[in-house]
Amino acid sequence: MTSELDIFVGNTTLIDEDVYRLWLDGYSVTDAVALRVRSGILEQTGATAAVLQSDTMDHYRTFHMLERLLHAPPKLLHQLIFQIPPSRQALLIERYYAFDEAFVREVLGKKLSKGTKKDLDDISTKTGITLKSCRRQFDNFKRVFKVVEEMRGSLVDNIQQHFLLSDRLARDYAAIVFFANNRFETGKKKLQYLSFGDFAFCAELMIQNWTLGAVDSQMDDMDMDLDKEFLQDLKELKVLVADKDLLDLHKSLVCTALRGKLGVFSEMEANFKNLSRGLVNVAAKLTHNKDVRDLFVDLVEKFVEPCRSDHWPLSDVRFFLNQYSASVHSLDGFRLECGGTIWAHCNLHLPGSSNSPASAFQVAGTTSVHHHAQQFFLYFQ
Amino acid sequence: MPGKLKVKIVAGRHLPVMDRASDLTDAFVEVKFGNTTFKTDVYLKSLNPQWNSEWFKFEVDDEDLQDEPLQITVLDHDTYSANDAIGKVYIDIDPLLYSEAATVISGWFPIYDTIHGIRGEINVVVKVDLFNDLNRFRQSSCGVKFFCTTSIPKCYRAVIIHGFVEELVVNEDPEYQWIDRIRTPRASNEARQRLISLMSGELQRKIGLKVLEMRGNAVVGYLQCFDLEGESGLVVRAIGTACTLDKLSSPAAFLPACNSPSKEMKEIPFNEDPNPNTHSSGPSTPLKNQTYSFSPSKSYSRQSSSSDTDLSLTPKTGMGSGSAGKEGGPFKALLRQQTQSALEQRGGSPHRFCRRREFPFFTLTAFPPGFLVHVGGVVSARSVKLLDRIHNPAFVGIMGNTRSYKLLDWNSFNSDEPETRDAWWAEIRQEIKSHAKALGCHAVVGYSESTSICEEVCILSASGTAAVLNPRFLQDGTVEGCLEQRLEENLSTRCGFCHIPYDELNMPFPAHLTYCYNCRKQKVPDVLFTTIDLPTDATVIGKGCLIQARLCRLKKKAQAEANATAISNLLPFMEYEVHTQLMNKLKLKGMNALFGLRIQITVGENMLMGLASATGVYLAALPTPGGIQIAGKTPNDGSYEQHISHMQKKINDTIAKNKELYEINPPEISEEIIGSPIPEPRQRSRLLRSQSESSDEVTELDLSHGKKDAFVLEIDDTDAMEDVHSLLTDVPPPSGFYSCNTEIMPGINNWTSEIQMFTSVRVIRLSSLNLTNQALNKNFNDLCENLLKSLYFKLRSMIPCCLCHVNFTVSLPEDELIQVTVTAVAITFDKNQALQTTKTPVEKSLQRASTDNEELLQFPLELCSDSLHSHPFPPVKEHLESASSNSGIPAAQRATSVDYSSFADRCSSWIELIKLKAQTIRRGSIKTTVTVEKASPVGDGNFRNRSAPPCANSTVGVVKMTPLSFIPGAKITKYLGIINMFFIRETTSLREEGGVSGFLHAFIAEVFAMVRAHVAALGGNAVVSYIMKQCVFMENPNKNQAQCLINVSGDAVVFVRESDLEVVSSQQPTTNCQSSCTEGEVTT
Repeated sequence: MTSELDIFVGNTTLIDEDVYRLWLDGYSVTDAVALRVRSGILEQTGATAAVLQSDTMDHYRTFHMLERLLHAPPKLLHQLIFQIPPSRQALLIERYYAFDEAFVREVLGKKLSKGTKKDLDDISTKTGITLKSCRRQFDNFKRVFKVVEEMRGSLVDNIQQHFLLSDRLARDYAAIVFFANNRFETGKKKLQYLSFGDFAFCAELMIQNWTLGAVDSQMDDMDMDLDKEFLQDLKELKVLVADKDLLDLHKSLVCTALRGKLGVFSEMEANFKNLSRGLVNVAAKLTHNKDVRDLFVDLVEKFVEPCRSDHWPLSDVRFFLNQYSASVHSLDGFRLECGGTIWAHCNLHLPGSSNSPASAFQVAGTTSVHHHAQQFFLYFQ
Repeated sequence: MPGKLKVKIVAGRHLPVMDRASDLTDAFVEVKFGNTTFKTDVYLKSLNPQWNSEWFKFEVDDEDLQDEPLQITVLDHDTYSANDAIGKVYIDIDPLLYSEAATVISGWFPIYDTIHGIRGEINVVVKVDLFNDLNRFRQSSCGVKFFCTTSIPKCYRAVIIHGFVEELVVNEDPEYQWIDRIRTPRASNEARQRLISLMSGELQRKIGLKVLEMRGNAVVGYLQCFDLEGESGLVVRAIGTACTLDKLSSPAAFLPACNSPSKEMKEIPFNEDPNPNTHSSGPSTPLKNQTYSFSPSKSYSRQSSSSDTDLSLTPKTGMGSGSAGKEGGPFKALLRQQTQSALEQRGGSPHRFCRRREFPFFTLTAFPPGFLVHVGGVVSARSVKLLDRIHNPAFVGIMGNTRSYKLLDWNSFNSDEPETRDAWWAEIRQEIKSHAKALGCHAVVGYSESTSICEEVCILSASGTAAVLNPRFLQDGTVEGCLEQRLEENLSTRCGFCHIPYDELNMPFPAHLTYCYNCRKQKVPDVLFTTIDLPTDATVIGKGCLIQARLCRLKKKAQAEANATAISNLLPFMEYEVHTQLMNKLKLKGMNALFGLRIQITVGENMLMGLASATGVYLAALPTPGGIQIAGKTPNDGSYEQHISHMQKKINDTIAKNKELYEINPPEISEEIIGSPIPEPRQRSRLLRSQSESSDEVTELDLSHGKKDAFVLEIDDTDAMEDVHSLLTDVPPPSGFYSCNTEIMPGINNWTSEIQMFTSVRVIRLSSLNLTNQALNKNFNDLCENLLKSLYFKLRSMIPCCLCHVNFTVSLPEDELIQVTVTAVAITFDKNQALQTTKTPVEKSLQRASTDNEELLQFPLELCSDSLHSHPFPPVKEHLESASSNSGIPAAQRATSVDYSSFADRCSSWIELIKLKAQTIRRGSIKTTVTVEKASPVGDGNFRNRSAPPCANSTVGVVKMTPLSFIPGAKITKYLGIINMFFIRETTSLREEGGVSGFLHAFIAEVFAMVRAHVAALGGNAVVSYIMKQCVFMENPNKNQAQCLINVSGDAVVFVRESDLEVVSSQQPTTNCQSSCTEGEVTT
């Protein structure tokens, strides 16, 4: 006796959250059944393995049919085939678009192309996430990217509107899309210590301050692409390090302001020129696409690492950067040579000055060197 | 007379991409009705076109309006090649044809294609302007309402229940026409869908005409079925019960009749000879009964009646022997003769109703209080026919021009004319009628018909419950006088229907009678089988449960007549065994009555399947069932003995466990006190006691007692052993679950509002090697049990809940395939409240309804419930209806504590009681009706308010579906019309669609979606009495193809939550209990 056909269709579509999770995680029916058996469901309900198998198959089939609709969540709301209560619909969508931290860290900043998709099995073995799940997540990124790529308006709003995601998830997707679009390198060993959350934080600030949308809110792609003009203007910062007088003046301004307030004052004083040079060079290079991609690598190399080697505490880094950008304003020569807009941008480039420090601290936790550097980096961004 | 049909195509959405190049579609719409077609403009390059067309107007006869469906086709415009069809929508405009139902159909309909399934949606508005037709020779029957519900619909009152209406229409099946060889599968499917739509329209119209002829205005319990006979055609047949219904908007008009105790109408002694008007062929004498029941009837049939005598009865004594569909001349002649004589009788009878009451059948399963007087037992008839022999003279179906052949008069029936399906059915009905007569009943209730077809062999089955009805409801204008009658009956209301209708001395079968355990006056059988729902006023102890008998029999493959003979030879044995199984399982559950019995016999190439489902209950009026006694044939063998006693112990344990599980604690009855000791019951109770004490004693029981207290199972071979084993393998549902196949679960009455309707289909392939009956039985049994287990597991989140109206359908699509389809609804209930049955929310609403409720409740509960029943037809607004349904429970509770010593006293002073009751009645009825008056306009208004917000939130409104006739926790305010839909789905890419399971899963989901969309478009928010009548699935995995046909029906309704009603009306402070059970509303 073999079962040829076995289905269950409810007027209200039954959705088992546990099975949905297993399905999203890319387990095959057999694996899912095994996992469910292990969870002790048989003992709880007195069901047999065959019943569980049939139930799992049924749910998988339903999810498979729903998947098509989940690709365009508004469709799920308007379709007539599955009667699902709104709360369940939201859950389905949210879970479907949720992603694994480990996975997103692997593909962040990579081009969402077929080539990357081919590498998914490597990522799968590396992260221990099933290939199926990797594919789903990758396809989700790609789908969101394609849809919002050429859209006007705020990136987060667009994502929310077209994919009905929660605010938090929409922000994460905005970060992913932003990184993918600018192809920021995040995979280098040096950057491994940074979590997706860190990058997402950076992305949010960059979207707010560096993109076209930050300048003019009615443009295609506004939140995705960096403002070329702004990057061009950043070149002019070079004067901060090229002009010896200016550099000295800047240093003295910063040092005076920070004297006594910084635990690592002497190191700072000694290193000021190097640090300043590093920062300004990174900023000035951003006109080249390649350098844009390496932005994070460069920042870590040129700024974070020196600070880390000197054991700067996080608060000191913050003070320093605040003061660093603030004192530029009072540089006479600088003010003469550069226009007002540059100032604005310059500030934005060093948003530590324009953003409330609290936001950076929220993510900060311990005081180990490692974390200092991380927070410093965030702060800098 | 013409009507004007107006259609507007508004917009489309989610259309499929038809142009690969642009990833868009150039869609336009063709609107077709009859032979007229209109087209919209082409809306270029969009998947969400906005046509916003003008009003397309069709001027048509109302005959066409009834027959034809509105056909909307969405196409993709192609400049160079033929336009591609995207899909179609068929809209049945029948609901627009009667005044009280929907006035407009407007909404999003899924665009359906028989190959691709649903492809987007289209927004359509349909209206009908109908001109009144006074032509008495008209062919249309607009205005006759149709209900699938097998009870009087909730917001109506039955003035008269006229009786049985039936009709059938035959046509050639497009699938088997020559043209099918050259047309595409899509065209063929569409032709079929359209044809069936047309035929059911025509059928409905014709039945409507019959109803008008009877001066009725509605058909209740309308059941339409398709027989796909293959080569020999396609039959659409329908049965129903014609009624005259009154909308319950003006209950005041009805009140006086009830309140005036003026007329002195003499009660008719129902038991012996009911009002001759009610049945056509005179008083039923025993002699006549015999003539009918033992006639060498052509078809095999057998009456399964209200006793365990089924066991002692060999099938042959039932009704003749089974015989092939075609048989020799002499038999036929005999039959003819007989029919003739029956007709002569009828012709001779002077009553004006005789014509219409040709068959005193009722498709209803639940009745207004007082309608059902006595129930005799289940009557059924089956007949095996050969399809290839039909050559129907009027069989000239051309697409779109159907003609049916109908035998107009029985008198024109002569042997020269070819047999038609009409004659077949008439024959079976005749037999049912005679069986009913043999049981001393003049009517058959809960009547249904079905067929099973395999190749050219067809089994026609009909079954129902023989009953004696109260003639008042069958006549015109006899609502008065009801009160008097009721009063006389009052004492026995709750057990009256159990009393035997037949003559004790002339019993049609050996039965074991005792005095009714409730009234002690009338005789009752020890077991009662019926096809109806549990009467609302019946006293039930404990809860009910689903009882199934499953059976398979192998059969040699054979051709034509040999095949038919083989089948008809097997049938009696199958029925016999099915009944044995049912009886055994009933005893095992410690219950004594079956309701909603449905026996399905399915024929396949090489086997026959029998599946009987029913809901077992313990009726307080019936005697306590004895246990099951096992007897071995070889008493000398010691080890065998041991084995037997072991088994016996197991059985006794099971019975005890079941009694506990279903809370069956019948009151210990002390006969002596009653004063009229009946020997049998006393013996019974003694036996019972001894049985429950220890199993050993039971084995020693002297069976020569002769009284069938303990049910003896003889184990003489391994087969019997298997049977006993299989009895014990039935596992009870997990705790928190109950199941039944009737509308309501006896013993549970505090439903909460969460419902989940579902359909589950399973197909198993049997290993073809050396199949035996045992293996087959086991497989089938496992299949059903596993299916149930699966359902319990799936619905575990709803615990505590009850699966109601569990409807199993078995079919044998191929040699080794068994397909089981289950449709049911899971309803949650409040566990805490279940314990305190007397405090039902309904009674609370009653309390609230009457200001002097305290006074009312001071009367014993019995009176209270009686007062409700005393309305001949209480204004059946939802809560009142359920009030009467619930009232049985408190009574049952009461029964357990009642002191029987006071019984005699009470009897002696019953006249006083009547006076009291009369007061109560007057008071009660006035109060309740007033509430209804208040409530209904509020309800309507409220719904309008309610319906707005969900629409605003999401475009898709929630539509509930349920096979029941009601929605728990809600009140049905309006019936919008019947939903009757037929779909075909075919695929040539089965693997790609997820195999057979994926294909069927998607299809059923689509069918649900289309039903919901139609209901929503009518302005409704639920489908009640939903039924999937057919689910024919065929596959050809080698060709990667599959096809499925589904036929569903139901009543579209508007309902309002009772909690909402209360909030808005705020007539009385909401009782915490009531609100707590309805507040947990979940969108289902």
